[in-house]
Amino acid sequence: MTTRLMQGSEAVAEAALAAGCRFFSGYPMTPFTELLENMGRKLPGAGGVCMNAASEIEAVNMTIGAAATGARVATGSCGQGLALMQEGIAELALNELPAVIFNMARGQQDYFQATRGGGWGDYRTITLAPRDVPEAVEHTQLLFYLADRYRTPVVLYGDYVIAHSTVGIDVQPIEFPATAPKDWALDGSMSGTGRARQIWTWALGKPNTPGPGPNGSWELIAEKYDQIGRAEARHEAYRTDDADVVLVSFGTTSVFVDSVVDELREDGVRVGSFRPITLWPFPGDALEQATRGCAHVLVYELNAGQLVDDVRMHAADRSVIRSIGGVSQDPSGMRQGDLLNADILRHRVRDALGLTPQGATS
Amino acid sequence: MSSQLVVEFKPKLLQSSEHELCPGCGHSVAFRVVLDVVEELDLKPVLLAGHGCYTQLMVQSDLDSLQCLHGRAPAAATGVKRMLPTTPVITLQGDGDMVTEGLHEILHAAARGEQFTALLFNNGVFGDTGGHLTATTVVGQRTKTSLEGRDPALHGYPLNIGQLLAQVEGAAYVARGAVNSAGMIARTQRMVRRALELQLEGAGFTFVEILTMCPTGWFVPTSEGPEYLEDAMITTFGIGELKAPPG
Repeated sequence: MTTRLMQGSEAVAEAALAAGCRFFSGYPMTPFTELLENMGRKLPGAGGVCMNAASEIEAVNMTIGAAATGARVATGSCGQGLALMQEGIAELALNELPAVIFNMARGQQDYFQATRGGGWGDYRTITLAPRDVPEAVEHTQLLFYLADRYRTPVVLYGDYVIAHSTVGIDVQPIEFPATAPKDWALDGSMSGTGRARQIWTWALGKPNTPGPGPNGSWELIAEKYDQIGRAEARHEAYRTDDADVVLVSFGTTSVFVDSVVDELREDGVRVGSFRPITLWPFPGDALEQATRGCAHVLVYELNAGQLVDDVRMHAADRSVIRSIGGVSQDPSGMRQGDLLNADILRHRVRDALGLTPQGATS
Repeated sequence: MSSQLVVEFKPKLLQSSEHELCPGCGHSVAFRVVLDVVEELDLKPVLLAGHGCYTQLMVQSDLDSLQCLHGRAPAAATGVKRMLPTTPVITLQGDGDMVTEGLHEILHAAARGEQFTALLFNNGVFGDTGGHLTATTVVGQRTKTSLEGRDPALHGYPLNIGQLLAQVEGAAYVARGAVNSAGMIARTQRMVRRALELQLEGAGFTFVEILTMCPTGWFVPTSEGPEYLEDAMITTFGIGELKAPPG
């Protein structure tokens, strides 16, 4: 075991290589850039290819082609760049092509983009939101497995903190169960045999091997996403067993939330926290259970209110839900702003519970 | 009286010769040219096609195929070829797909010298949507979005994609043929063959534009397609090799 000091972006790149990633394409954009740089540095030595694409649209379409050959592939960006990729992400989903999309987001305002997407058609993307670099390393490897297992694009929702924090870490490969052979992959070997393969979202197949067509194919894909919804929801509930108050958050914000939970517990407040690890599928049943009988469900997210929609759909009692986060961006537009702060969070929780001493402000 | 099949005109690499192309369409001839060369060279390629009337030819072909987002086949082909460097890779796009929507992707693929063969079936019109202006619609041509004919003052000029690509360092071979006469078909077949041979040699990006007839989209009688192609398109764009390595 060799622990090395490295930036989160490098650790995630190492994890992608450990998972067998052989193709990566991207277009520089802060704070995603360092992941692209690290993949460019490391992939060729591992027998892979890293492309500095001419746009995010080109990057995701290169990924579609590489995925169609059966290789383990990834791309990524953030915010606006991912907005450009949405058509391609939908295409991956409806072509049932596995790929990992790294979203090194500029804060938390892209929860809707990650969980609802902007592409066309009936599709979802499994989206994991790690709270720190070690978890990002684990999630990266899990995502390559889930992508292959379900033949779907999957998303890592990281951010500036994960991409740019330097930590001591030993990236080790994680073993996952074997996945089905990729007999659908294109390599030209079936050309001229009378049984050539075809990948197309319309799923028409060839005259000799007709496919189910769009309706048949999209119904099967919808069933697959239902199955993923039942099987792959992940969450963490912290000190919620006897909690009166549950704080809900995701990603790096959860680190600050848990620290405030510990502080408030010392003050005698019966508070716990809940975080969806998979933003989709949202761990709704677990949230319902964790918030049963609670007097307060407080959602702390650094945006104008996106995660709170999913909380409203699943919390045991909708009447006790309140948003206590808000828009929070630093002047560069790259990082989480002032609200990623335990003092502010503690004040907001105390305010919401009516525990703020008279005269104090948050 | 029983009938006997004397000769079949279906190339071996077509699973079916059924298609829904209009009478007088040049795409099926152009595609046959491509399949004949693939068969002659005994290749087992991956074919990537864009969105257009020709997409159904990809479906009928007996080639491993990937249908791509509109304009993006050169990007997807980059991913395929980089993962399968010894597999022949061919992209098939129309003028709307490649030159209108996908100019960015084709130019950058050429600049990178990607080792695949890009084919353009250029009929100067969006045929699949029913006859609309593309980036290669010639001046004066009537479409449903240039009713009085393409007017440079209103619609600008057509793009000469071959000329553009010929300037790009990474492009090894750039040629333009057509399918409006037997002689032109034979000449175009030699261009496609040269492009694929150069791909196999690893020469760089190879490109063949094939001017094809679309009498429906041009609003001319079927029988006048070849002549219109000669007068309108060949006069505008020209025929021949625009860039080729010696030999």
